[in-house]
Amino acid sequence: MSYFDRMKDKIKNIEAKKEVIILGIETSCDETSAAVVRNGREVLGHKIASQIELHRKYGGVVPEIASRKHVEVINPLIDETVKEADIPLSEMDGIAVTYGPGLVGALLVGVATAKALAFGLETPLIGVHHIEGHISANYIVHKNLEPPFLCLVVSGGHSHLVGVMDYGRYEILGQTLDDAAGEAYDKIARTLKLGYPGGPVIDRLAQQGDPHFVEYPRPYIKDPHYNFSFSGLKTAVINHLHSMDQRGQKYRVEDIAASFQQAVVDVLVDKTIKAAEDTRSQRIVLAGGVAANSALKTQLGNRCREKGMELYYPTPLLCTDNGAMIASAGYYKLRRGLVSDLTLNAIPGLPLA
Amino acid sequence: MMVLAVESSGTVAAVAVANSDKLVGEFFLDHRRTHSQQLLPLLEGLLNSLDMELGDMDIFAVSNGPGSFTGLRIGISTVKALGQALDKPVVGVPTLDGLAYNLIPREGLICPIMDARREQVYTSIYRSGSSTHSIGAGLERLDEYMAIPVGALIEKLKAYNEPVLFNGDGVIPYWEIIREEMGEKAHRSSITHMMQRASSIACLALEMAHSGLTQNYMELVPFYLRKSQAEQKFGL
Repeated sequence: MSYFDRMKDKIKNIEAKKEVIILGIETSCDETSAAVVRNGREVLGHKIASQIELHRKYGGVVPEIASRKHVEVINPLIDETVKEADIPLSEMDGIAVTYGPGLVGALLVGVATAKALAFGLETPLIGVHHIEGHISANYIVHKNLEPPFLCLVVSGGHSHLVGVMDYGRYEILGQTLDDAAGEAYDKIARTLKLGYPGGPVIDRLAQQGDPHFVEYPRPYIKDPHYNFSFSGLKTAVINHLHSMDQRGQKYRVEDIAASFQQAVVDVLVDKTIKAAEDTRSQRIVLAGGVAANSALKTQLGNRCREKGMELYYPTPLLCTDNGAMIASAGYYKLRRGLVSDLTLNAIPGLPLA
Repeated sequence: MMVLAVESSGTVAAVAVANSDKLVGEFFLDHRRTHSQQLLPLLEGLLNSLDMELGDMDIFAVSNGPGSFTGLRIGISTVKALGQALDKPVVGVPTLDGLAYNLIPREGLICPIMDARREQVYTSIYRSGSSTHSIGAGLERLDEYMAIPVGALIEKLKAYNEPVLFNGDGVIPYWEIIREEMGEKAHRSSITHMMQRASSIACLALEMAHSGLTQNYMELVPFYLRKSQAEQKFGL
């Protein structure tokens, strides 16, 4: 019998198991992370090794450097994680790993590691979509949250409005047609010479700036669909900065940061509320790196209160790329019998639905 | 002592099982570059064919470079995780040593050349049957592991004034130049010994293990030989 057949056999009675322990592995970009999670909701061990410092001098993530770092740190990181959880590697009920979307070389380190661990430990392998992971981070923070709900996923690589119909059942209502929201943050931060990554620093400066110093365009805000576009906004900000520089006009970086952020947040909030109203969703869930943005949380929270909707978002730690969210998503896939075979590959442009 | 070896440093995806007496089994593919998908199924297939389990292995070995950065990481991540899962030692075997091992015993010099792009080859120079066994298995390495233009390699080889047997995927693009410069002194290996073999990695790993050169899975790292392009550009 092949490994895959043995694993399908092994999970037949997973429903009856009171405790299901999953090791989650995440290496899709510049964070190496591993976590041990019980029943999809309770984090028993969690480690994140960020590479931000390594990439800072290049002004962004260098894929080859990221891949090299993942190989160096992933195995000891897994050891530290299981040690923290105080559960030996041999007792894992499954190994979940991000297999896309992301940087292919970076993803491959996690995928190759997870496959060999799963095969070596004789435990199921579970390939997880990175965004499914981000959505699932909320299951860890909000113990009673269950689908259906509407989810806004915003990060350096993604801007999606997703209808979460059930565990693992997603409907994409809208997405960015060009740059992701976090990508626009990074590019504006680079133009303002604020370094990398752009999100946290712009968010911080914006709190001391005038959000209506300039009214930048709000792409598609009046359009009936739920798609985003941040490339035009980014260009408008950069052109505006250049023209002020040429005219020798002085400006406060704080005001630019606040005005840019307000345009992004306005679009995200309006589209999300509109989608929630149209789909009669009472619950809105934030996910992804930009879910840690203070202006987005505050303003979406205010609108939700006006509309009588509930807003959920992960803790800042679980907004970043992390292994716990992958373990949680992996748990729900395992419960539905969705295990991967040994041909699992890294897929940089993996679609969610 | 039983070793399981993995080779994915170039276009070849291969696995082999060997002990000190013999090569027990070997699967070799040089077809499409889908190492990430192929490697574990190959490994499972070989073990199933041999009616063996991972638990029967004493060491896991891997061709650790130089080579394709991504290919190396697939093989090394796989072997590190196998070592971690089964709590067994691992061995990283230099890819060029593995290629040279394909060609022993041999009068004269052995020179594996791997196409390293950017008009360079990954290479070194070996002699077999020497009295000083720097690597073992009757294989002695006479120079550094290098990434150099093939012209520079030819100059080095000419200084020895001996016949040279070449193998590796660099033979195909550079054979005309080599032949032109070295004439009758240059020989190319048979097709069966041209490319990376997991069996050679397995046999060298056994030699290395006997010399106490096994590692913990945490210590095993790829031998890239080259910095990333971003680091080169920044002059780091």
